[in-house]
Amino acid sequence: MAMHNPAHQAPAASTAGPPAIEVRNLHKSFGEVEVLKGIDFHVDQGEVVCVIGPSGSGKSTLLRCVNRLEEPTSGTVLVEGVDITDPETDLDLVRTRIGMVFQQFNLFPHLSVLRNLTLAQQRAKKRGKAEAVEIARKNLAKVGLAHKEDAFPAQLSGGQQQRVAIARALSMNPDMMLFDEPTSALDPELVGDVLEVMRQLADEGMTMMVVTHEMGFAREVGDRLVFMDGGVVVEQGDPREVLGNPQHERTQAFLSKVL
Amino acid sequence: MRTDSGTVPGTAPATMPGPAGRPRMKASTRRRLFRGVLYAVFVLAVLLVGFLADWQAIRTNFLDLDVAREMFPEIVVTAVKNTVIYTVIAFIGGLALGLILALMKLSPVGPYRWVATAYIELFRGLPALLVIFGFAFAVPIAFNWRPPGGSAGAGLIALIIVSAAYIAETIRAGIQAVPPGQVEAARSLGMTPAWTMVSVVLPQAFRIVTPPLTNELVILIKDTSLLFIAGMALGDRELTTFARDAVSQQANATPLVVAALMYLIITLPLTRLVAWLERHNKRGR
Repeated sequence: MAMHNPAHQAPAASTAGPPAIEVRNLHKSFGEVEVLKGIDFHVDQGEVVCVIGPSGSGKSTLLRCVNRLEEPTSGTVLVEGVDITDPETDLDLVRTRIGMVFQQFNLFPHLSVLRNLTLAQQRAKKRGKAEAVEIARKNLAKVGLAHKEDAFPAQLSGGQQQRVAIARALSMNPDMMLFDEPTSALDPELVGDVLEVMRQLADEGMTMMVVTHEMGFAREVGDRLVFMDGGVVVEQGDPREVLGNPQHERTQAFLSKVL
Repeated sequence: MRTDSGTVPGTAPATMPGPAGRPRMKASTRRRLFRGVLYAVFVLAVLLVGFLADWQAIRTNFLDLDVAREMFPEIVVTAVKNTVIYTVIAFIGGLALGLILALMKLSPVGPYRWVATAYIELFRGLPALLVIFGFAFAVPIAFNWRPPGGSAGAGLIALIIVSAAYIAETIRAGIQAVPPGQVEAARSLGMTPAWTMVSVVLPQAFRIVTPPLTNELVILIKDTSLLFIAGMALGDRELTTFARDAVSQQANATPLVVAALMYLIITLPLTRLVAWLERHNKRGR
């Protein structure tokens, strides 16, 4: 993509380029409670990494540190080589390159679906209205909701809302997508449509970090699976390997409960 | 010893005996009896008031139709009109100042928070009447400054300042009632804190506080009556000042009743609107 990347400049044309996300020795505490205890983690460009683990393992906190919705206590978070913990970094600019999808969708309830998709394009990317609308419509069509552009979020099912949320994130033309348990708040029969959209994104080569409980998705779509417990990365590797033949006993204990 | 349960009117036979050995009244009978007592008390109270009131005195002092007729059309074209104008000015001014104060109170910058808190506590703690009095008489002397619009203008500035303190607290509560996920979503899309506030938080906050803000408006309508203390020019008089003047001119209290009716004509639709908004809001969520 020969688009704008003024915040960082890769040294000439390095073949691989920096990882999309690189986390080094990340610590995060909420008061006395240490949630992340020195995480080393990375997502390469074009890679789909699924993060699983019991609740309270710190997986969502790790994901939220990547776009600094949570302030890391210590450690380094590099996004495409840019240190986002550096106070000099233009955080808003970096965030326009990181799409995020929330468990609770977090659509703007006072705005129509179309406006949900164009607002940040105009406010943060300074796109003109016509361009923003065109991009929004393209992404709505992509998630199969072109006919819903005039609806309000409350008129949509949970699955439709989550697909709109994905389209909203995609409308910023991000280089990568973060998914924070995107199907956990959905009725079971609505999960499939959302996962299908995510699978399609992965097939297109989108870089994705997915915190999830959907082991099937992790196995079939993920390039790598990371198992977290107690604020550390316990085990990671090829999803089929980790799920089929877990090495660590904590992984085994967790998987025996969820599979 | 057991009495026949049939002696209690309206009960079916054979209810369980109560602890004292008496048959217990059926719950529905007890409710009906209790309600009957309530109605009886109410009717008695109304009769008592009607009996004690001096109807002749009321008719001549408060319901003199000739005196009432005399007040029109002046009371509408001047007094009601001014009440409405003052209310609108004070409300818009209070809304603007209140919004600034609410944002200051939520600011990460300490001194802004302190100033806003001090302001809000000060003006919610003072009687509006005293503040109006101060702006009409004390401030012009202290600062050698004549507020625009004379006494009415000075009083209005005071009303704006007082209502802003209440409105600020209402708006702050509304802002804090917007789910944090909304801010996170906007920020994750790269929107600045300012744009997030303007495009995402405030529209939702104002929707949440529309009923309490309408209540503030109703309170403000009534508080314009306090402007009388500032002493107003003839053409500037609002309802209460107008009615008071008419009372002393006519030596009859009927103008107060007429003014009261005028207030109700303005406020009742608004309070009904608040009730409707509250129902509507609840359903919308």
